[in-house]
Amino acid sequence: MAFRDGPFENLKVPLIWTAGLTVLVVLALSAFLLISQRRGDPEAQSAVRGASDQVSGGVGGVLAAPVRWVGAASDYVGDYFFAVSENRRLKAQVAELQAVADANIALQNINSRYEAMLGIRVEPPVPTQTARSISESRGPFARSRLIDVGTGQGVRIGNPVINEHGLVGRVVGTSSRVSRVLLVTDVSSRIPVLIDRTDARAMLSGDGSGNPRLEYVRGTDSVEVGDRVLTSGDGGGIPRGVPIGVVARGIDGSWRVKLFSDRGAIDFVKVLKFEDFGQLVDAEDLNAPPLAALDTAPAPSATEAAAITDGVTRRQNAQAGADQPAATPAQPPAGGPE
Amino acid sequence: MRRPVAVRVVGPLQWIVYPSLLALLATLILATPVTLFGLSLPEPVIPMVLAFAWPLIRPSILAPLALFVLGLMLDLLLYTPQGLWGLVLLCIYAAILLARNFLIGQETRVLFVWYTVAVLGAFFLAYVIVTIDAKRAPSLLALLGQVVPTLLIFPLADRLIQRFDDGDVRFR
Repeated sequence: MAFRDGPFENLKVPLIWTAGLTVLVVLALSAFLLISQRRGDPEAQSAVRGASDQVSGGVGGVLAAPVRWVGAASDYVGDYFFAVSENRRLKAQVAELQAVADANIALQNINSRYEAMLGIRVEPPVPTQTARSISESRGPFARSRLIDVGTGQGVRIGNPVINEHGLVGRVVGTSSRVSRVLLVTDVSSRIPVLIDRTDARAMLSGDGSGNPRLEYVRGTDSVEVGDRVLTSGDGGGIPRGVPIGVVARGIDGSWRVKLFSDRGAIDFVKVLKFEDFGQLVDAEDLNAPPLAALDTAPAPSATEAAAITDGVTRRQNAQAGADQPAATPAQPPAGGPE
Repeated sequence: MRRPVAVRVVGPLQWIVYPSLLALLATLILATPVTLFGLSLPEPVIPMVLAFAWPLIRPSILAPLALFVLGLMLDLLLYTPQGLWGLVLLCIYAAILLARNFLIGQETRVLFVWYTVAVLGAFFLAYVIVTIDAKRAPSLLALLGQVVPTLLIFPLADRLIQRFDDGDVRFR
């Protein structure tokens, strides 16, 4: 029996009702998605997001290519017309920087001597991977970029990203050829920082604007306008000493940071393949009882058991031999001066 | 002898699918990292235009589903919490659907006022959700930087309504 021949033949529902019902169902689905997902959590990095980044990265790369070509052509023309003035300016700059370079060599020499004398364990050099920015989101609710390197080039979630001026953000999602970088200005970004002048610690919190806030500043009068802000390395996520920006006062009176990375376009970036030494393989290991592994160790073989027994016997004999001469002087010799 | 009149067929492909694809394409283009004179490209939430115009053109089952998919795509493109833009776009759609009887046939200025109210309400909802999710309120200045471009693309919504409003006489 066809549907239209049945009891629903004359049933007519206004279209606005069915549309309303669809809206309710899809609204519930959206709310469920919103509650079940967590942004910025590495474990919430879904395959869907990775695949989407891969596709939009490819499209973004195609769209960004003409922009780069125009920029390169403009630079070429500019270089041609302003070569003489640029050359004079650069010569003056080189003369100034020569003194700084000499001082830097001397300081490096002294620093390496101090490190050797004090026996400081220095951090190993961090390998880097250069990448190009291919897409970005700039809204108040999310500030991120797609870059054209991924797990295929050794990029991992958590790797810090810098440009030639300073810290840009950190990797929060990877696929084989494209990675998602959460900028330090994103509303969910938190970076532990230090004030270079006073060594005071603080937290750099993004709020979707161009200048992130400086919060939880330790100590009184430890921050002034113009102070340089660096990463503190606390927590082990980002190496210490990466430049971020200078302190400024926001229009709401809060401490904010003018980012060094804004001094130029973030076209090319470097991903620091920094191993997060603060991470544990399993957080539960901290709560494990002492010597818990003994329960899980395999039973010794006959050879191992014989070697252990032999070792214990030798140790006991050696202990007894060591105790014997120590006990002898305690007994007074017979026929002594008494 | 009467000449045959070409009948214009206006189906979901014309007023739902094509505009959705165009909105996605425009969002992708505006996500290009271009800086001109120190300024980046604006980033309006273009699908808000569709969420406002579609219920005024006619009620539909397909439109909310398309908005849900568009919202998911926006979340993936912009790296916002999954489900955020879907929820926001559907709230606009639901509100305009409820007020449909008051709005159809109104002149453009009145529609712009309603569009402004809908967009402000939508951004307020998104602001609250992101504040709860990130445990921090986003900057109001940055919010204004996205609200204003979204309001400025109202002519697209008006054009969509004018184009398809009379597409089906049953919904006049």
